[in-house]
Amino acid sequence: MNRPASGPRSRRSFLTLAACSAVLAGCRGKEGDTGAQAIRLGLFGALSGSEAGLGQYTDMGATLALEEVNAAGGVLGRPLEMVREDNRTTAGESATAVKKLLSRDQVVAVIGDGNSGRCLEAGPLCQAAGLPMVSPAATNPKVTEIGDCIFRVCFTDPFQGAVMARFARETLHLSRVGLLVDASAPYSLGLSSVFRERFAAEGGTVVSEQRFSGGDKDFRAQLTALKSAGIEAVFAPSYYHSGGLILRQARDLGFEGPMLGSDGWEAPELLEVAGRTAEGAYFPVHFSPENTDPLVAGFLGRFRRRFGKPPTGVSALAFDTLQLIADAIRRAGSAEPPAIRAALASTRDFQGVTGRISMDPGRNARKPAVIIGVRDGAFRFLRVVDPGDPGRASS
Amino acid sequence: MTEFLQQVLNGVSLGAIYALIALGYTMVYGVLRFINFAHSDVFMLGAFVGWAAVERLHLPTRSFGGGLAALALAMAVCAILGVVIEKLAYKPLRNRSTLTVLITAIGVSLLIQNVSQNPTIGFGPNPRAFPELFPARQIHLGGLTVSTNQIVVLAVTVVLLAVLYWIVHRTKTGTAMRALSFNATAASLVGINNDRIISFTFALGSALAGAGGVLYATNYPSIDPLMGTLPGLKAFVAAVLGGIGNLPGAALGGLLIGLVETFVSGTRLSTFRDAIAFAILIAILLFRPAGLLGKLKVEKV
Amino acid sequence: MFPPRSQRILLAVLAASALLSAFSGRLNPYFLDVALGAGISVVLASSLNLINGFTGQFSLGHAGFMAVGAYASAMLTTTLAPRLGLSANLLQWGFFPLSLVAGGLLAALAGIAVGAPSLRLKGDYLAIVTLGFGEIIKVVLQNVDAVGASRGLTGIPSHTNLFWVFGSAAVTVYVVWGLLNSTYGRGFLAVADDEVAAEAMGLNTTRYKITAFVVGAFFAGVAGGLYAHLKGYLNPGGFSFDKSIEIVVMVILGGMGRHSGVVVAALLLTVLTESLRQTGAFRMIVYSVLLIVLMLTRPQGLFVWPLWSKKEGRP
Repeated sequence: MNRPASGPRSRRSFLTLAACSAVLAGCRGKEGDTGAQAIRLGLFGALSGSEAGLGQYTDMGATLALEEVNAAGGVLGRPLEMVREDNRTTAGESATAVKKLLSRDQVVAVIGDGNSGRCLEAGPLCQAAGLPMVSPAATNPKVTEIGDCIFRVCFTDPFQGAVMARFARETLHLSRVGLLVDASAPYSLGLSSVFRERFAAEGGTVVSEQRFSGGDKDFRAQLTALKSAGIEAVFAPSYYHSGGLILRQARDLGFEGPMLGSDGWEAPELLEVAGRTAEGAYFPVHFSPENTDPLVAGFLGRFRRRFGKPPTGVSALAFDTLQLIADAIRRAGSAEPPAIRAALASTRDFQGVTGRISMDPGRNARKPAVIIGVRDGAFRFLRVVDPGDPGRASS
Repeated sequence: MTEFLQQVLNGVSLGAIYALIALGYTMVYGVLRFINFAHSDVFMLGAFVGWAAVERLHLPTRSFGGGLAALALAMAVCAILGVVIEKLAYKPLRNRSTLTVLITAIGVSLLIQNVSQNPTIGFGPNPRAFPELFPARQIHLGGLTVSTNQIVVLAVTVVLLAVLYWIVHRTKTGTAMRALSFNATAASLVGINNDRIISFTFALGSALAGAGGVLYATNYPSIDPLMGTLPGLKAFVAAVLGGIGNLPGAALGGLLIGLVETFVSGTRLSTFRDAIAFAILIAILLFRPAGLLGKLKVEKV
Repeated sequence: MFPPRSQRILLAVLAASALLSAFSGRLNPYFLDVALGAGISVVLASSLNLINGFTGQFSLGHAGFMAVGAYASAMLTTTLAPRLGLSANLLQWGFFPLSLVAGGLLAALAGIAVGAPSLRLKGDYLAIVTLGFGEIIKVVLQNVDAVGASRGLTGIPSHTNLFWVFGSAAVTVYVVWGLLNSTYGRGFLAVADDEVAAEAMGLNTTRYKITAFVVGAFFAGVAGGLYAHLKGYLNPGGFSFDKSIEIVVMVILGGMGRHSGVVVAALLLTVLTESLRQTGAFRMIVYSVLLIVLMLTRPQGLFVWPLWSKKEGRP
């Protein structure tokens, strides 16, 4: 751990730099009173910009957990504090934001962005500082491969791809599937390649693969090509803003087969955009709002009361992320980053709203996926799928 | 063969919307000789007016009457908006360098985008669902599938193009527009009120962009404040392809770009789609700067 | 061609940045990051100023050149450097600057590719072509797996320090300044003032325009390399149209065709943007209003002395 200690040394460096950045210096004093007792956590996310929805729902989930932890007396007798930094959905900004959290705000742990690319940008900084970073929803395997300080509470892309391949074969009895892939999203690329491999291993065939890029709105050409290839179903791992349009255009072109998606589809906007064309859509999620477990029901109610709207999957994951960090601090009996890191790594059967969380040796949460289907214009819980060891899925 | 025809159909319905936007670029360029960067944002606002017509004014959804009313409303609001932008931002710069006007236009475009993206004073950055304005059904013709929305897009585009042709070639104002684009000084010497004609051109172009916005949102029912950027750029490429300042050229260019994009998307090159549109643009500017239907002008000292 | 006084200033800045760099280990990493970012902005803005300000062309693709340089130098330090088995010091002070220059040269090559069509285009057409070029670069990077495609390029060593950043900034300003104050360099201004007249006077306007693009792109490439080794991670999405606009705003705010104004604007905007991080949603609104109001009332830029100057900025 080589974070600079506050004191005369960093004050001197501050003065040195003040010459160049007087404006910044005037903005906020370094020696501001921080409430000596508080344990500080950092959160960086897309609070503005094109993925602001993701960042804001993450923030809401974490905020609710923060308030509940503090209302219950905090951790180790100290309140928790969360410093939020916005990366504006812009590449290059997460690194700066995290440097600020580490050096200026002196946080002890960081809650990461829900997007894998931005976690890949900020992760190495946390790793170098020996400070734990937990992402609520970054599903790309590379994120936790950065090092032993990087964790996640969600399942990974290989796991998710394997889940959908098994679901397509065993539940829907499909044998010819077409892929529609967002080539600008590592998320979509990773998922589709695992799906292709696992679906073939289970006896099915991926007949054709078509690609698009992130901001596209017209998928008719790709869907027309897929339909002509004689497919039974489409697997289109993507985010909800693409997903809704894909569903609608597939039905507009007269395709009636099942439409399979990924966890990025879970948003009310998917139903609003797709309307009745969403019928017959299936995708995996991290938690089911229909779950009657009192823990989940309580979370749903409190979230609704606090923010006036229902949570999304990422809110639930962010809620668990903060609770898990608080729990790790408690178990470690210390708010020092290395101790928190070690406690996080040894998490076993932590009961979160998104399920029972255990950290595997790769620092990925192990929990089964829930498959959701759209029936009568609503998301319906279908079944729980666990394709076995997630490590096996990626090999 | 069925796949080919289906792709042609997909391409034409996309191209029709590009054509509507391209006409606005081309008309403004005709009279003022500059690219109105804010045009694509007027297009975006058109879609949001269509959204507000249903969500706020409670026009009926899934009906032709309600849909056409929303379309007319969007066209009217955008026409006014176009004139306001012209009066506030461009008119004071009438005799300044092209660069000054260009930077202002970029500024206006960024302003509209960022105000719209702001959650406090605008719509917020999240995409929202666009209501079903027209009754949506699928019609099967042999192996082809056409949605009624695609037919609406084509029908409205054809009607608007006919009306535009009539205005430009059969009315006095249209004649004045053509005179102005031919030679502004001479036009004012023969008694044409240049400012009034320029405002009218902006109104006309912006109304078409507003119609384009509603039609685009009908076909791709997810709208957000940045939705105008890419279609706007493609439409600009279309305008240049057809020959900027040339009305039939803009319509032809729109159709061609729509078709090229659709056929590229159906192949392995689909992810290069946006790059290909720009590559076409660069190629045209290098080898035939006047576009397909335009005439080349030599700069005089 | 380069007056001795400016050489002394250049040497002084280089010495100062070397001195500062020796202490950078003691600086708060966050402030260091902001300071380095500000220095990189100076390189970007000054090099764009040569194209947009002095030569009167209008490029909206500066982020594209930056991307070329960033990826080229990062590929060198991530794939080639480990095979050479160099010592840490040799990497930092020998290989890294070479990779920056290599990135710059590749970007300059791209500058020729964009400069060539610009010979037949001007004003808004050129703006659109450069914009398109920037987008093409982005799309290509997104599709090339060797550079990480859309996943991004990870594991770039952090070689960027105060010396390299402010040294590059000083060299950029020095070269642009020196180029313009030479007999040859007056031609840039002539092209900006009136291209047809410049041609009639026997100036080779084509060569001037290409030179502006090549030199501007070279330094944008160097800035890209510095950026890559500062952030340690590259993603094609970081080099979008917005990034180009950011640089354009710096140049316009500083006063197109002004050296010191553009440097001040680049430093100030970077630091201001960072301190306004919390109010990010309003930042771009302020930028755009500033652009419009400046063009309507003060096209010569904000940081131009004397501030009461009535002279119309160029062009």
